[in-house]
Amino acid sequence: MERNIVYIAVFAAVIAALGLLPKLTLISGIPITAQSMGIMLCGTILGARKGALAVILFLALVALGLPLLAGGRGGLGVFTTPWAGFLFGFPVAAFATGLMMRWLRGARVGVSAGIAAVVGGIGVLYAVAVPYYMAMTGAGLVDAIVTAMLPFLAGDLVKAVAAGAITGAIHKARPRAVMSRA
Amino acid sequence: MLSLTLERQSWAHRIPVGWKLAALCGLTFFVFPLENIALLTLGIGGVGLLCASLGRVGFTASLRGLRPILWFAVIILGYHLLVGRIGQGLGIVLRMLLLVGAANFVTMTSRLSDMMNWVIWALSPLRRLGIPPERIALAFALMIRFTPVLGQRAAHLAQAWRARSNRRVGVGIVAPLAVSALDDADHVAEALRARGGVR
Repeated sequence: MERNIVYIAVFAAVIAALGLLPKLTLISGIPITAQSMGIMLCGTILGARKGALAVILFLALVALGLPLLAGGRGGLGVFTTPWAGFLFGFPVAAFATGLMMRWLRGARVGVSAGIAAVVGGIGVLYAVAVPYYMAMTGAGLVDAIVTAMLPFLAGDLVKAVAAGAITGAIHKARPRAVMSRA
Repeated sequence: MLSLTLERQSWAHRIPVGWKLAALCGLTFFVFPLENIALLTLGIGGVGLLCASLGRVGFTASLRGLRPILWFAVIILGYHLLVGRIGQGLGIVLRMLLLVGAANFVTMTSRLSDMMNWVIWALSPLRRLGIPPERIALAFALMIRFTPVLGQRAAHLAQAWRARSNRRVGVGIVAPLAVSALDDADHVAEALRARGGVR
């Protein structure tokens, strides 16, 4: 029990710490932050349930007024923009990533984590965020994909691959800590 | 750790957190289907007055809070201009400004501890499902403590990276950061157990 609570809290803090890292700039000129990689790592390392709880804990503290989102954003205001679907999608994405991780448990850790991050951290995340954006703005599907999805997609693919490699490295260093495989 | 709450007390700080959250919730439901530009502008004026009532520091802070969404506003307006539906785009942007402004107002006038107490109170019915709110409070406290520690460690790892390499700091520091965080977690879990554990 203690271990579960502490792992959830620590991973919530990892998401926050990744948001503090300076932005990486892609060739396309679009800055990406490591924060959504934190969401993927929650799923690949903690597994579905605990991963989603860590993300919810992180979002709760953002909502209560800590400026922990990448770029120093926070407070209740960030949950009222049309892009808030990404935030609401984060726990779902972590959960789906954890489920995929379990489903792929036959494969090598790094490989299955990469696939799980693509499916959960990109596929499921956009499946929540894009319809939310459409509902908030009254935009059509094409509009929504152009303004809410395409600008971030390339960065997300890079992050998913990196999340796979990082999960593999963590599994090598601390096999017991990768709860999705323990 | 830095929080978005204004240090200086104002009349709005004294309103109980639950009321402010309820008012914000009500406003969101009211504004969400609204498309009347005049009404939305009026609402923004109202929120502007609320923010102005917090004094100069409060007003500049609330403008700063809107800065991150300006980019988004430009994207939306530009796109709607391109497809020739500027009226719709304007409505979306005004609604966004109004809701974000109002939500930031609540955040600026509510202390983190008050907010947390309110959340833990609101979650207390979970006790019946076997989740005591004390456990949630512990998770909150642990995360608040861990965040600056890990942020500092990430900065140290980035510094060490720069000392070794002239390439830009990249995802290479995430794995060591996560491993060290996991080690911390094991130590803290052990320490908690040694002190009687979590009920």
